[in-house]
Amino acid sequence: MKKKRLFESAVQGIFLLLGLITVGCVLIISVYLIVSGIPAIKEIGLFDFLFGREWQSTSSNPKFGILPFILTSVYGTAGAIVIGVPIGFFTAVYLSKLAGKRIRAAIETAVNLLAGIPSVVYGLVGMLVLVPGIRSLFNIPDGASLLAAIIVLAVMILPSIIKVSVTALDSVPKEYEDASLALGATPVETYFKISVPAAKSGIAASVVLGVGRAIGEAMAVMMVAGNVANMPSIFQSVRFLTTAVASEMAYSSPGSLQRNALFSIALVLFLFIMLINAALNFFLKREKGK
Amino acid sequence: MKMKKNICLFAAVLLLISALTGCQKSQQAVATDGSTSMSKVIGALSETFESDTGITVTYNATGSGAGIQAVEEGRCDIGLSSRSLKDEEKAKGLNETVLALDGIAVIVNPQNKVDGLTLEDVSKIYTGEIKNWKELGGEDGEIVLIGREAGSGTRDGFESVTDTEDKCKYRQELTSTGDVITTVAGNPNAIGYASISAVKDSVKVIDIDGVLPSEETVKDGSYAIQRPFVLVTREKEDLSDSAQKFFDYITGKDANQVIKDAGAIPVK
Repeated sequence: MKKKRLFESAVQGIFLLLGLITVGCVLIISVYLIVSGIPAIKEIGLFDFLFGREWQSTSSNPKFGILPFILTSVYGTAGAIVIGVPIGFFTAVYLSKLAGKRIRAAIETAVNLLAGIPSVVYGLVGMLVLVPGIRSLFNIPDGASLLAAIIVLAVMILPSIIKVSVTALDSVPKEYEDASLALGATPVETYFKISVPAAKSGIAASVVLGVGRAIGEAMAVMMVAGNVANMPSIFQSVRFLTTAVASEMAYSSPGSLQRNALFSIALVLFLFIMLINAALNFFLKREKGK
Repeated sequence: MKMKKNICLFAAVLLLISALTGCQKSQQAVATDGSTSMSKVIGALSETFESDTGITVTYNATGSGAGIQAVEEGRCDIGLSSRSLKDEEKAKGLNETVLALDGIAVIVNPQNKVDGLTLEDVSKIYTGEIKNWKELGGEDGEIVLIGREAGSGTRDGFESVTDTEDKCKYRQELTSTGDVITTVAGNPNAIGYASISAVKDSVKVIDIDGVLPSEETVKDGSYAIQRPFVLVTREKEDLSDSAQKFFDYITGKDANQVIKDAGAIPVK
């Protein structure tokens, strides 16, 4: 009996330890980012850093203003959401409520495949097809632009939006819909007035998940956005927060202001993502409290 | 009890790691310091040198100027510079040995009708003074400037030779030579630059002042967009044994293939 209890507690201990690995990783990364991100902000000045409009990290008179990156990340993510959410949402409603079994299976397979494509492949296709396409379609000298990045991001966030929304819509109790139908509502009325509101929090979660994926993406965006530190504009070459870190990290020398400033950018990005998570939690909790 | 065991294990692992690193450092390490552009060449050379001899080579990427200063002050064994020494630097008792040459090709889309430019044209293009291929005898089309990211050795080399530092009006800053070539190959109005060794058939290399870049034209100096990779040493002081070994190895014939693979042109 005693032996058994010992075994139980040992197993429990191991599981606790494994659980703590995740917590430890988050803690280490957060502390590391904050410690290495603060010095450059101190040296440059918080206001100049966040609201400076010019980034020239390697010039003889370096300027470290990341407003262009922040705005680009915000616009880019917003653009991807504006395009991606309607497509994803209606696809999810169709799949969950209207589609036949076979069609649903086929489309779900496609969505899963889309989710499995590595981001570098999105980037490559974007670079070889989308960028030249935008160039000739809009008759501009070069297609690498905010628009190209938005389109790539919109496609990339589709799978997470569709999958999470479908799960939420599937779990709406059938009785709700039956009741609505019995009262004389048409099926489409039922889906949009009963099912969707019932699955609201799940759908909201899918959107936030999409925002998270879009704002954190680096590789695909780096290949289609042109990476010049311009203030964002739809046909201009732009640089995101993520690509600002990724593109200069390799050559920045350790301990230099440039390297430290890159860590500060990563810190800003980290805070953005924390903010999004906090918003998500707040949203979901309020939903449950009702 | 379990806690104690864990601590013991952790301590044992730590001890083992420190013992291992201790072994590697027993031989005197070679310290190099300087040009970020030379990181690929020096990285490849020190890797083969380390696996042959077991002597560690450290490399501090600080930039040519800082590297020259470091060797002058005795903070490293060999300074690395991607430009020739100035006279006043030589006067301070520094020696230069050219390790390799770095040639940068200017590339355009194969559809582009322009075959050659002067060095001045190139810097005017990159500073935005010339904006249309029409002005250079090509077809009507806005020139699209493709470059590398800040800190890249190729960008640094290109901008210093064409005298366009911090003045380039890039349309795209890409993070690899491959991306630059792919992008130029996909846009009829694009112009870009890449290390000579990396250029592929999908783009057209244009001649500068009438000379096409190649190993020969870079070596004889007739191709303009090139620069030396220089090893800087102190004149009066001998190198340490391990540093001398490294110096002899990288300036010897055996290193030529490694230098070539790293994208530079060996001088011997």
